[in-house]
Amino acid sequence: MKKKFLALVTASALALSLAACGGSSSSAASSAPAASGATSGAAGSSSGTFKLGVIGPLTGENAIYGQAVANGAQIAVDEINAEGGAIQFELKSEDDVADGETSVNAYNNLLDWGMQVLVGPTTTGASVAVAAEAYNDRVFMLTPSASSTDVVSGKDNVFQVCFTDPNQGVGSADYMAENMAGSKIAVIYRNDDPYSQGIHDTFVSEAAEKGLEIVYEGTFTADTATDFSVQLTGAQSAGADTVFLPIYYQPASVILNQANAMGYEPTFFGVDGMDGILTMEGFDPALAEGVMLLTPFSADDTDELTQNFVSAYQAACGDIPNQFAADAYDAVYAVKAALEATGCTSDMDAAAICEAMVAAMPTITVDGLTGQGMTWSSTGEVSKAPMAVVIKDGAYTLP
Amino acid sequence: MKKMKKSTRTAFLTYLSVILMFAVMYALDSAGMLTRSLSGQLVPICCYMSMAVSLNLTVGILGELSLGHAGFMSVGAFSGVIASMYMKDIIPSVPLRLALTMIVGAALAAVAGVIVGAPVLRLRGDYLAIVTLAFGEIIKDLVNCLLVGYDSKGLHIAMNLTGNMSINDLGLEAGGVAIIKGAQGATSTLTIASFTTGFILVMVTLFVVFNLVNSRAGRAIMALRDNAIAAESVGINITKYKMMAFVTSAALAGAAGALYGVNFSSLQATKFNFNTSILILVFVVLGGLGNLWGSMVAAAALTILPEALRQFSDYRMLVYAIVLILVMLATNNPTLKNMLGRLKPSKKQEKEAAGNV
Repeated sequence: MKKKFLALVTASALALSLAACGGSSSSAASSAPAASGATSGAAGSSSGTFKLGVIGPLTGENAIYGQAVANGAQIAVDEINAEGGAIQFELKSEDDVADGETSVNAYNNLLDWGMQVLVGPTTTGASVAVAAEAYNDRVFMLTPSASSTDVVSGKDNVFQVCFTDPNQGVGSADYMAENMAGSKIAVIYRNDDPYSQGIHDTFVSEAAEKGLEIVYEGTFTADTATDFSVQLTGAQSAGADTVFLPIYYQPASVILNQANAMGYEPTFFGVDGMDGILTMEGFDPALAEGVMLLTPFSADDTDELTQNFVSAYQAACGDIPNQFAADAYDAVYAVKAALEATGCTSDMDAAAICEAMVAAMPTITVDGLTGQGMTWSSTGEVSKAPMAVVIKDGAYTLP
Repeated sequence: MKKMKKSTRTAFLTYLSVILMFAVMYALDSAGMLTRSLSGQLVPICCYMSMAVSLNLTVGILGELSLGHAGFMSVGAFSGVIASMYMKDIIPSVPLRLALTMIVGAALAAVAGVIVGAPVLRLRGDYLAIVTLAFGEIIKDLVNCLLVGYDSKGLHIAMNLTGNMSINDLGLEAGGVAIIKGAQGATSTLTIASFTTGFILVMVTLFVVFNLVNSRAGRAIMALRDNAIAAESVGINITKYKMMAFVTSAALAGAAGALYGVNFSSLQATKFNFNTSILILVFVVLGGLGNLWGSMVAAAALTILPEALRQFSDYRMLVYAIVLILVMLATNNPTLKNMLGRLKPSKKQEKEAAGNV
């Protein structure tokens, strides 16, 4: 009896402690926008300090993407704040381990903090889960790197900075048809990953239309991403001279390693998930020599914007930035451009800012790191040109 | 009070505390006094509580180790998502649709439970652990091959076993909706779950488990856990009672999975991996084998903890692990146990209570 009583006490104590923590944080959150509202300037022009939230896998196996997005966004915010214009940003990054449930938690956590605009999440599955919440709550969401069409479809307030999966699959197939005609193609993709499967599906259907010859298709899952000898032997014996890898860079690094060990030297062709392979710890960049990939950003571009960004990123984080960092950087500038077009002030709530920005997004044009003259359709997809690069001497160069 | 059986008293006190918790949290949530972060976790917490209680039926009360409980959750989640999306236009009432969704999830998970249990529960030893472990992995791969959509002609289902099919091969009419797209999972689910449904789920789960445990069948189940040979010698059909407990546990996990599935608009099969199975097992072990309210408290605490630790940013899962180890050490610390023991009138009564849930 006593034990059960104890249980009851524990349960009610838990309830009380939750209630206590609930009360205190929500009051903190509600007071924050009021405080920043004091800095708002004249009506009609956007001004004040807006609260930006960033969500991405800052830990876990996809951490390189989340870290890049958080760092890229931070650099953009620092630049904007240093310029001292009317619009200032306050940035907070939350970790979601690329998991839908955790990502929704992170999103709610950011709302408690007083987030007004969301730049994130980074990965596709998480973004779909958060996009539904953001749509219901009317919070403006601009994902730097979630590439599935499911993220934006049917949600007027969700926008993308990166290409969509169909765009990447079609883009890769078109590039191959144009520049590598007559090659025998093998595809190795991860069939338990939305990103990889999505690109694979559109690539295969576009390849069929363009008359490309796919001689081998190999699959793997998260649990079998450590050994690719079966798939590589299959591709080799099918006579493939081009291997299309619509996958993230970790399994790709294993594939490159194993292909090298077995003396198989086809042209490897990746998409934006391949980006990051050169900075991966413990990977010999010499193995990636000759790998082609479709990316909107190359850290070796000589234009001033890219060089400034690369040097700022290196000073802050020590690495060469990848495409994800560039996407996030552009996302922050896109948010700034849209805010300037709306005349929002930072004392407005997230829903009001959202409505104004939804109307403004299709009207703005952003010259960013990942494309000149980026524009958005009202469905949320970005329009910019993909670019194929080849890895030479440990750097991206135009083929 | 004295006349009431101890088991009944435990059950009623557990119901009472769950109702109390629900009332407090519901009131706070309606009054807007909860943080978004916490109110967003209410439904997942209910699902995890229900998962923990149902796993406790297998692990604590039946005494068999199951390492693939997330597999049943997965079956329930994806069948629930299909059911709820399919019935979207047929049944406009959300509560009714939710109830049917959970029933479909429970039914299909029960079928999976029968398939797994029928051969394995006839054996003695750790076979169930191995087979459920494999089951969880198989389900993950099966869902990755699953393509489901619906249009005016009804449901279209295809298994993408060769890896060459995509959602376009279902032949959906214009206006058809893709529900599950292989590895991309369910990506356009309407989120209809609510905290009240979660509460009802937990209550139903508790009610089923308490009634099973306190029935004749429940005593038979516990008898064969304690000594299978002795139980068999008095005429208890071991396989039948093992199946009863295991399939009930699977069905309840399916219902919890169905609610979880319709709480998020995006769901991938990889969510229900080995780690999730182990996480639920951790709830059960931390809460105490055979201790239902303990499982619930552990499930709630361990779901909230990672979010509460967000201030540690990148180190939060490290802190989480440390907290977990400290709690495990503390609950097994003899000094602490003595201190708690002194609060109780007699050790004997405690032992009785511990063996009686």
